[in-house]
Amino acid sequence: MLPQTVLRHCFPFFNAATDMYTEFVPLFIMIVLSAGLALTLLKLGEILGPNRPNRVKTMTYESGMDPVGTARERYSIKFYLVAMIFIVFDVEVVFMYPWAVSFQDFLEAGAGFGVIMVMLVFIAILAIGLLYDIKKGGLEFT
Amino acid sequence: MDLSQAYDAMLGDLAGAFPLVLLAVAGLVIVVWDAFRNNDPLLPYIAGGALAIGLVFEGSQLASEQTTLFYGNIRAGGFAAFINMVLLGGTLLSVVLSVPYLRQIKHAYGEVYALMLFATVGMMALATGNSLIMLFVGLETMSVCLYILVGLVRKDEGSIESAFKYFVLGAFATGFFLYGIALLYGATGTVYLHEMQSGFAQSGATTMFWAGVGLLLVGFFFKVSAVPFHMWTPDAYQGAPTTLTGYMSTTSKAAAFTALILVLYYALPPERWTTVLAVVAVLTMVAGNVLALAQDNVKRMLAYSSIAHGGYILVGLAAGTAAGYSGALYYLLIYSIMNIGAFGVIALLEWDGKIGREQTMESLSGIGTQRPFLGLAMAVFMFSLIGFPPFGGFFGKVAVFGPAIDAGLTWLAVIGLLASVASAGYYLRVVYVFSFKSADERPAEAPATGTGFNVPFSSLAVLSLCVVLLVVVGFIPGLRDVTTHYFIDMAVAAGTL
Repeated sequence: MLPQTVLRHCFPFFNAATDMYTEFVPLFIMIVLSAGLALTLLKLGEILGPNRPNRVKTMTYESGMDPVGTARERYSIKFYLVAMIFIVFDVEVVFMYPWAVSFQDFLEAGAGFGVIMVMLVFIAILAIGLLYDIKKGGLEFT
Repeated sequence: MDLSQAYDAMLGDLAGAFPLVLLAVAGLVIVVWDAFRNNDPLLPYIAGGALAIGLVFEGSQLASEQTTLFYGNIRAGGFAAFINMVLLGGTLLSVVLSVPYLRQIKHAYGEVYALMLFATVGMMALATGNSLIMLFVGLETMSVCLYILVGLVRKDEGSIESAFKYFVLGAFATGFFLYGIALLYGATGTVYLHEMQSGFAQSGATTMFWAGVGLLLVGFFFKVSAVPFHMWTPDAYQGAPTTLTGYMSTTSKAAAFTALILVLYYALPPERWTTVLAVVAVLTMVAGNVLALAQDNVKRMLAYSSIAHGGYILVGLAAGTAAGYSGALYYLLIYSIMNIGAFGVIALLEWDGKIGREQTMESLSGIGTQRPFLGLAMAVFMFSLIGFPPFGGFFGKVAVFGPAIDAGLTWLAVIGLLASVASAGYYLRVVYVFSFKSADERPAEAPATGTGFNVPFSSLAVLSLCVVLLVVVGFIPGLRDVTTHYFIDMAVAAGTL
């Protein structure tokens, strides 16, 4: 009840006679929970953990890069290649999750073979991408 | 949904979506082939063969009844076959023109043909999609391939500039498009075009609905380069390899316009958008033609002319009737032929080593006297682009302006006609430079008379085909009725879908 009131208050244009937000309340709760959990854990770590700062530790975290200095540093284009390949297979796994979750339903309905073929075709297409990448020397670091 | 039937139904639908599957598989074959035999000269033949087979298949589907495949996600048959034929044919002509051109600029990569096939798959999904999600997937498949094709000559700073501008602005427009889809789904509870109107009737015109429509239209206007979302067009067209400019300026526009027509026809009650579309059409026609008049660079001139032609097509959409939509489709067919031809001629006449992006009109002086065929072909394309009576462009303009007058938008048609008259200023200048200037007036750095370029047979054949088509297209009996007929069929079927 509360989130619905809050939503109505925040987004007046939601007031159309739809029950859309009741559908999406779980999503809203999920967002609040995940944000809350992350922030709580951060704060807990700060309160409970030992606090021994040094110069490196107090630096802003920049994925291993030095946060201060020239922004025009040159680095190898290979990083981009690896990142692109990573994204492809990362997304592949994201697609496989919902497929795997609903696979049991298809199996029980007797369409298991077809559905597994669909996924094999999907993987084969991505494998062709990887093959192309390897043959073109995308993974050679010299 | 009955799960046990789902797989069989999908498998059965694959036959109806044969060209989509064929092109995607051919693209994959090219990728693998190219991985083992780098830039094999055989690769364009694979692409051309797949496109030709797809074209024949769609031709056989023209007369069949319109259906939807994959649980109402894609349309097939009838009108969908017509627009797929335009897309496949345009791509086929571009592939043939690209082979000698890419060899000439020394960028004959095998991947180009795979990317063109993938882009065409995206365009077909966009043009025949029946759900907003399918439209989005098609749009993105098409755009990502086009970003790469624009930046093909990656050592040339102008080419990188155009690819970068196109990519950044295109990604931004995609964001608008997707956000529009999300809001429309929120407002109507469906992403399927034919269900959207009833969803709209249930929920009424909420703010969310209007916002969604607005954002969706911004995305579409960007993709068809309608003013005021046209800024990327001249830059992207200027730096792209010329035959590929012809490809992206025609087929991608045809696909995006068809998707817009479907959305307007099925999802959004058309009478509400007439004013918006009419205003955008006026802006596009006027700005496109006036800016084209001021261009000295050949490719930029053709880019602004392509914007202006988007405006003429929008006149047909603004009419909001079945006749207007079918006229717009007919115009897309003719526009594809003339623009691919015009860019094809320009591609043959490049000598600046910078994919023609710095070539001025003067550099083409006297080509018509040295190469009479090229002069003649260019004259036909230019007269057709003006809309001069015996050529296809005239019939296209009749097809879009006529329904607008019938729909009570006479002022819009008058502005369109005046804009066409203004366009003669720059189109005729090309004819003048080609045929009535002497070759001595070319800049000093141009190659020696008549020896700077050779005309390969395949390009000659494609250009001749375009010329012949433009001369006869208006007189092919029934061709104009094909598109009209399908839209009336669709109107009948819309109630039952």
